[in-house]
Amino acid sequence: MALTKYQYMDIIHRCFRCGYCKFPQDWEDVDNCPSYARYRLESYSNGGRLWLIRAWITGEIPWSEHLAEIVYSCVACKNCEEKCPLSFSDDIINMVTAARNLMVDQGLVPPAAKKYLENVQLHGNPWGLGAKKRDQWMADLSPEPYRDQEFLYFVGSEGAYDSRARSAARALAGVLQKSGVSFGVLGNAETDDGNEAELLGEDGLVEMLAEKNIARFAEHGVKKIITLSPHAYNALKNIYPRHGGNFEVYHYTQVIVDLIRAGKLEAPKLDPIKITYHDPCFLGRWNNEYKAPRKVLQSMGGVQLVEMGRSRKSAFCCGGGSGNYYMDLLGGSEDSPARIRVRQASATGAEVLAVACPNCLSMLEDAVKVEGLASKLMVKDLSEIMYGSE
Amino acid sequence: MDSVYAALVEIVGQDYVSTRTEELFTYSKDLGTSEPQWPDYVAAPATAGQVSRIVQMANEKNVAVVPLGGGLSLAGLALPLKGGIELDLKRMNRILELNEKGRYVVVEVGTSHGKLTAHLHKHAPHLMHSEPGAPPAATIGGNLAIHGQGDLGHPYGFNSDMVSGMEVVLPTGEICRFGSCALGNSWYTLHPLPDVSMFMGWSGSTGIITKVSLRLFPCKKIHEQDAFVVENEDLVPEILYELTHVGMAEDMMVVSQEIPPPFNRLHYVLINISGDSRKELEFKRQLMFDDRLYKYIQEGTGGIGAGGQEVPRPVVSKTSDWRKGGGFEYVGAIMPVASYPECYRSGVEISGRHGIPYTTLGRVLGSGHSMMFSWTFAFNRADEDTVRHARQALHETDERVLELGGTLWKPAVFGQKLLMDRMDDGTLQMMKKVKHMLDPNGIMNPGNWEVA
Repeated sequence: MALTKYQYMDIIHRCFRCGYCKFPQDWEDVDNCPSYARYRLESYSNGGRLWLIRAWITGEIPWSEHLAEIVYSCVACKNCEEKCPLSFSDDIINMVTAARNLMVDQGLVPPAAKKYLENVQLHGNPWGLGAKKRDQWMADLSPEPYRDQEFLYFVGSEGAYDSRARSAARALAGVLQKSGVSFGVLGNAETDDGNEAELLGEDGLVEMLAEKNIARFAEHGVKKIITLSPHAYNALKNIYPRHGGNFEVYHYTQVIVDLIRAGKLEAPKLDPIKITYHDPCFLGRWNNEYKAPRKVLQSMGGVQLVEMGRSRKSAFCCGGGSGNYYMDLLGGSEDSPARIRVRQASATGAEVLAVACPNCLSMLEDAVKVEGLASKLMVKDLSEIMYGSE
Repeated sequence: MDSVYAALVEIVGQDYVSTRTEELFTYSKDLGTSEPQWPDYVAAPATAGQVSRIVQMANEKNVAVVPLGGGLSLAGLALPLKGGIELDLKRMNRILELNEKGRYVVVEVGTSHGKLTAHLHKHAPHLMHSEPGAPPAATIGGNLAIHGQGDLGHPYGFNSDMVSGMEVVLPTGEICRFGSCALGNSWYTLHPLPDVSMFMGWSGSTGIITKVSLRLFPCKKIHEQDAFVVENEDLVPEILYELTHVGMAEDMMVVSQEIPPPFNRLHYVLINISGDSRKELEFKRQLMFDDRLYKYIQEGTGGIGAGGQEVPRPVVSKTSDWRKGGGFEYVGAIMPVASYPECYRSGVEISGRHGIPYTTLGRVLGSGHSMMFSWTFAFNRADEDTVRHARQALHETDERVLELGGTLWKPAVFGQKLLMDRMDDGTLQMMKKVKHMLDPNGIMNPGNWEVA
């Protein structure tokens, strides 16, 4: 039966499935789409996915669990949008998300996505951990609660709950404290940012989360926000205005660059070391911020920044976007995106793979272990390198 | 469990086999106007050995095997017309050897043209291969299976004339090599051994190409495009004759199209030239424009439309969006250059009759020995009426090509039948014998090039 509510019915048939969407900027190979790189079947390329979505919408094929998996295996990295030469390219991810909206409406999402959304709805985080444990990331750091400081430090669910990402959250708090930035945190009053909920197609939940966070920000008089996660940065900067929340939002790397420039923060001097940097999709392709993280690295003594072949607009995603760091629809193979990415990093000869995203941090660190690269390649968040965390 | 499925899983691994509706649907569709043809299985092998095992198993079980590259022929040539196993070869995409001094590269069949271009750009920028006008996802093997041409077609001819060696899995599973590589030597030449290579142009119906050695050519430092414009299509053949006499161009195409308006009813002779210095470029320009084309400028019948433009990478996919409909298909034919005017007029007439803006293009092959002429018909995938019109226009054009003395290039089954109906009987019987000898069970891409 044809579905009549699909928002992009007037354009979805315009995908020609020519395959541009699989390439990086320099055409190095057809493997820069994470889900296609993992499965290497046309159904998992975004062209194939759009044709399948259209077939489902028009009733040509029925819904199935496998169809839902294919639709949810897009990690929304936007490589396709960068490379597609056609005029509707800016709507490719929107077309996928709109299909997910319909699946959510009909209760047809993959079990892992359902669990993710339920956990966020009930507990304010994807893992279903207690909302009252959200502030435990702080440990003995004791950042001040937000009152009327210049910045709110929005930690986000990964920084608050994920054991690896907590280290980055603490390191960033330490850096901000060290540089004398006036900031505070919301602790248990913060809830999930909703970025992934939006991409997973649960608009009602996004609205609820955005309204909750916006109300909390307004209640405290928040005007400027620093985020640890590029995902939160994207949500607060680009989604919240639609729900009446207009704030000055910064990813922390942008703030650190300014602090260094203003002489308020001294970048560390390291023993000579080769570092490569992985562009997070929600900082790079989604928000066009490629410079700040590199400036942070270049300001450090002893750092030789070596770029991977796939960087900036061509960066290969870690595979964790759109909730896949939790759902893991692309895991379980040597062709899992995170494993491919750490091999690319290792090929540069770098000793450190620097990231600026808690999702990438967890994904890539796990991949380094699985690939047996742990003795050669450390994965560190820029906040950790700045703070001098071990 | 289905025994074919189980065998495929055993050969290529669970992740790379599917019998699920979603994969079967995806591979049932071509990008052109062809009706869907559903495979029973989809498999993506990674090595020639796996391909060989699949083919042997398919013979035992009498299941069809249809090799697929980039899937960009638009003519449905890799659709499983009789079901069976759709074999996606794009995991076989390694660049195995780049021999700079010998000017050849050995690649696996599923290597995309985009990848090879990027590889050369990075590792041997002084070398290039002939890249077709197809999207960069088009594969080397797929292009050879249809006798493709590319942007070095003028100096060097068909891409299939640029092969220096080949590895093929025969329809019965044996792995054969052709050329110097068959002697255990390096892959530097296809000749002079007896010619038993009967795989190019067969659309995968006589075997599955798995490795290819492709000739590379000098890549100059500067590439530019000039355009010479004429209104009278009858002048085009003689202009191309003049230009091919001096042989200074790297690629020559004549484009005329209704959209955008500046191209309507005009003929843009696009001339790609290259040089290692400005001096070399100017010398070439002097020979072409001052010595050969000046008379047209003086008469007022031709003029320079553009000079020294950057050579754009063709973005043929944009054609699919002309009707905001995600689709186009074209008839390509190898024509005598002299037939350009009739080809163009036919395109205008047939397109007009079907309410489709006309688009024609001729690319010179060799020193004007022939040209690939294409008539493109855009359609709206969401509007069945436009698809039907495009399909009908394609069929009419196929027939017109033969009336004009042309040879259809990569014809769909409809065009293959037209060709075989006209073909010399001796040749036809030879094709039948070749097919039967190589593929006794008729499992390889059945429905294509089938002699009754």
